[in-house]
Amino acid sequence: MAINTAGTMTPKRPAGTLYRGREGMWSWVLHRITGVAIFFFLLVHILDTSMVRISPEAYNAVISTYQNPIMGLGETALVAAIVYHAFNGIRIILIDLWSKGAKYQRVMFWVVMGLWVITMLGFAPRHLINVFSHVGGA
Amino acid sequence: MATTIESPRAPHTVRRSRGVNWEKWGWIYMRASGVVLLVLIFGHLFVNLLVGDGIKAIDFAFVGGKWSDPFWQVWDTLMLWLAMIHGGNGMRTIVNDYATKAVTRKVLLGAILVAVVAMIVLGTLVIYTFDPCPVGSPAELLPSFCATR
Ligand code: HEM
Ligand code: HEM
Repeated sequence: MAINTAGTMTPKRPAGTLYRGREGMWSWVLHRITGVAIFFFLLVHILDTSMVRISPEAYNAVISTYQNPIMGLGETALVAAIVYHAFNGIRIILIDLWSKGAKYQRVMFWVVMGLWVITMLGFAPRHLINVFSHVGGA
Repeated sequence: MATTIESPRAPHTVRRSRGVNWEKWGWIYMRASGVVLLVLIFGHLFVNLLVGDGIKAIDFAFVGGKWSDPFWQVWDTLMLWLAMIHGGNGMRTIVNDYATKAVTRKVLLGAILVAVVAMIVLGTLVIYTFDPCPVGSPAELLPSFCATR
């Protein structure tokens, strides 16, 4: 630390805060990236769903592309992004509105990660079995 | 060059008193809609991906079955409006953070607004003009209840 003109100490590197470095910052980076990804998915998703207004054949053709194994992995990634964004969104709300929220923001980040792992352990095997058990017909 | 930094406890100078504070309502909206969206989207994903054969069971007949029920019509309408406005407002924040030129910013914000309005109108029309039993379509592609009509 150096003594500045005001006679107080200035750290050489900014100390970690709620927003800079470590869990506080990375949780925000992930929240931003997942938010953008979900937004673009939703644009495509509303367009593909609107095929039900063209014809049953058109809708089934589009939705069958969601049923191949590669898309199955993509859907797993999409759900992973949503589950993170949703749980971390609740953490953000608690930081803002709960009197002890800022104090426990780091603990809450790890709670979010824990809940995320549990949810994905429940989701991913089941979804992937649905996707891969029918590979190659039926 | 020395820069003066205001004392953190100095009374702030800009005080707004007139008009609706839209940024505040946007902030509240992001939180309120987020909580509702968590329930709506998790429910959507559960019913469409985890029940029965999950994604393998989704086809025209599946959608026909769901949207013959006002419950799922309202569910999807709420999800559509809340998610598009939440996502659009979030994208607005991000554009405001990164777009440095006024023109880029205006163009991007305009594109977001157009996308949000277009998707809400299209999605709402699709839900409420949907016909689960279109005439002339092969019966095996339609929900089973169409046969009895
Ligand atoms: C699943 C339930 C959801 C919850 C609990 C949630 C919660 C939140 C919260 C609390 C914020 C922060 C707002 C702020 O800082 O003022 C936020 C930002 C955002 N959300 Fe969501 N959200 C959800 C779903 C969605 C969906 C479906 C989309 C896309 C359509 C989306 C896109 C975004 C974007 C783009 C941001 C801006 C991120 C940023 O400024 O860094 N969110 N969300
Ligand atoms: C891979 C995951 C997903 C699948 C397989 C899926 C499937 C479907 C299906 C079959 C429909 C037709 C109606 C219904 O079933 O209720 C639908 C509609 C809809 N979904 Fe999804 N969905 C997925 C993810 C999502 C996500 C993450 C969101 C929100 C961000 C979302 C938002 C919507 C909306 C708003 C509608 C109504 C669209 C309209 O009004 O035309 N879906 N989805």
